[in-house]
Amino acid sequence: MIEEGKALFIQIAEQIEDQILDGSLTEESKAPSTNELAAFYRINPATAAKGVAMLTDKGVLYKQRGIGMFVATGARQTLLTERRSAFADRYIDPLLAEARTLGLGADDLAALLRERAVAASASEGNPA
Amino acid sequence: MTAVIEVQNLTKRYKDTEALAGVSLSIQPGSIYGLLGRNGAGKTTLMSILTAQNFATSGEARVFGESPYENPRVLSRMCFVRESQKYPDDATPRHAFTAARLFFANWDQALADRLIEDFQLPMKQTIKKLSRGQLSAVGVIIGLASRAEVTFFDEPYLGLDAVARQIFYDRLIEDYAEHPRTIILSSHLIDEVANLIERVIVIDKGRILLDEETDAVRDRAVTVVGDAAKVDAWSQGREVLHRDELGHVASVTVLGHLSGAERAEVAASGLDLAPVSLQQLIVRLTQKAGAEALAADTQEVR
Repeated sequence: MIEEGKALFIQIAEQIEDQILDGSLTEESKAPSTNELAAFYRINPATAAKGVAMLTDKGVLYKQRGIGMFVATGARQTLLTERRSAFADRYIDPLLAEARTLGLGADDLAALLRERAVAASASEGNPA
Repeated sequence: MTAVIEVQNLTKRYKDTEALAGVSLSIQPGSIYGLLGRNGAGKTTLMSILTAQNFATSGEARVFGESPYENPRVLSRMCFVRESQKYPDDATPRHAFTAARLFFANWDQALADRLIEDFQLPMKQTIKKLSRGQLSAVGVIIGLASRAEVTFFDEPYLGLDAVARQIFYDRLIEDYAEHPRTIILSSHLIDEVANLIERVIVIDKGRILLDEETDAVRDRAVTVVGDAAKVDAWSQGREVLHRDELGHVASVTVLGHLSGAERAEVAASGLDLAPVSLQQLIVRLTQKAGAEALAADTQEVR
C-alpha cells in the first residue's frame, strides 16, 4: 500500500484522491480524519495531516470547523483534469520505453491496446 | 516553538572511548523522533545523559529549559524506557505499575489495563521470572501509560515478536494522536518505524550523521541499475553512496533528489531507477562515514 522513495504525505493525498476518483468518497461527504488516516496507514499523524493539507490547498477538501474535512464540490473534475494531463508522462512514456526494448512499433502497440481494452470490457460484462 | 530538549556540543568519554563526540541537537515538542544508529553509536549514552542517569564529560544538555540533574521539576515530566531496566528481585509487574502511577502525573490506568490485556502480561509473576518479551512489555506499558511530556523508548522491542511489536506501534500511534507529546524512539528495526517517525536522527560513533524530517529523506537517494558503462557515466560527479557490479550490470546508489526530468532521462537511456528505503539509506550513509573516517586515519598515519 505504501511504497518507498516517495514522500509519505503525497502518497496519503493520492490515496484520498483515488477514492474521490473511483467514487468511493463522494463530493460533500466527510473525508477520513487525520487520526483515522494515521491509524489505518500506520503512519505519524503529522504526516497524515500534511497530506490532508495538500488537498485543502488544492481545493479538493475543505474544513468545517469542529466537524471535520469534507470533499469539495467539483473535486472529482479537478482531479480528473489533473490526472489526465499526467497520464501520458506516468503511463505512456514507460510503456513506450519498454516497447522500444522489445522491438514493438506504434502500430503493434495500438493493436495490443485495442485487443486488451476489448477483453477488459468484455470481462466486465459490457462489450465494446 | 521552544525546544523541549536542547543539546550543545555534548561529549562523553569513557577511558579510551569517546561515546559522544560533540553532539548538538534540539528536539521540538509534539513530535515522534527516531534515534537510529548502530550498537555502540552513542544512543543510550545520549538518552541517559538527557534523563540525568549519566554525566556528560563536557557540553550542555537542557530539558524544558533547565538542567535535568537532581531536578525533580524536569525528571517528573520525562519517562525513559531502558532496554536493561532493573527491578527489585521480588517486584511483580503490578508493583512496577503502581510505582509508575505514583510517579507520573498523567498516568492513564485504563490505558495500562488495556495494554496488559493486549500483551497478556502475567501480573502476579515476579518480573525476574518473566520472559524477555514480557519484560519488554512492562517497559512499553510504562512508557505509553505514563503519557510523560517526553518519553524515551530505548529499543523497547527486545524479545517481542512481530505481533507484539505491531501492537506497540499501533497503540503508540493511537495514543499519540489523542495525546500529542514528544517521543524519542531508538531502534534498529528502521523499516518498522520509518512510517511512525516524523524526524530522523542518525548517530554514528558519537556524532550526528543525519538530523532531518523523515519525509524529506525518503526521496533523498536513488539507486540506478543497468549497463555498467552507462551507469558510471551517469553517476559521474554525483555523490555515490554505494556501488555493486554483476557482470556488465552495475547498481549505484547516489545521494540527491532527482527531478521528474532527470528521472525521465534515466529511463529513456535504458537504466532502471529503484527507490532507496530509509533503512538502506542509513546503512549506506553509515558505511560511507566509516570508510571516510578510515581513509582520514590512514592519511594521518602516513
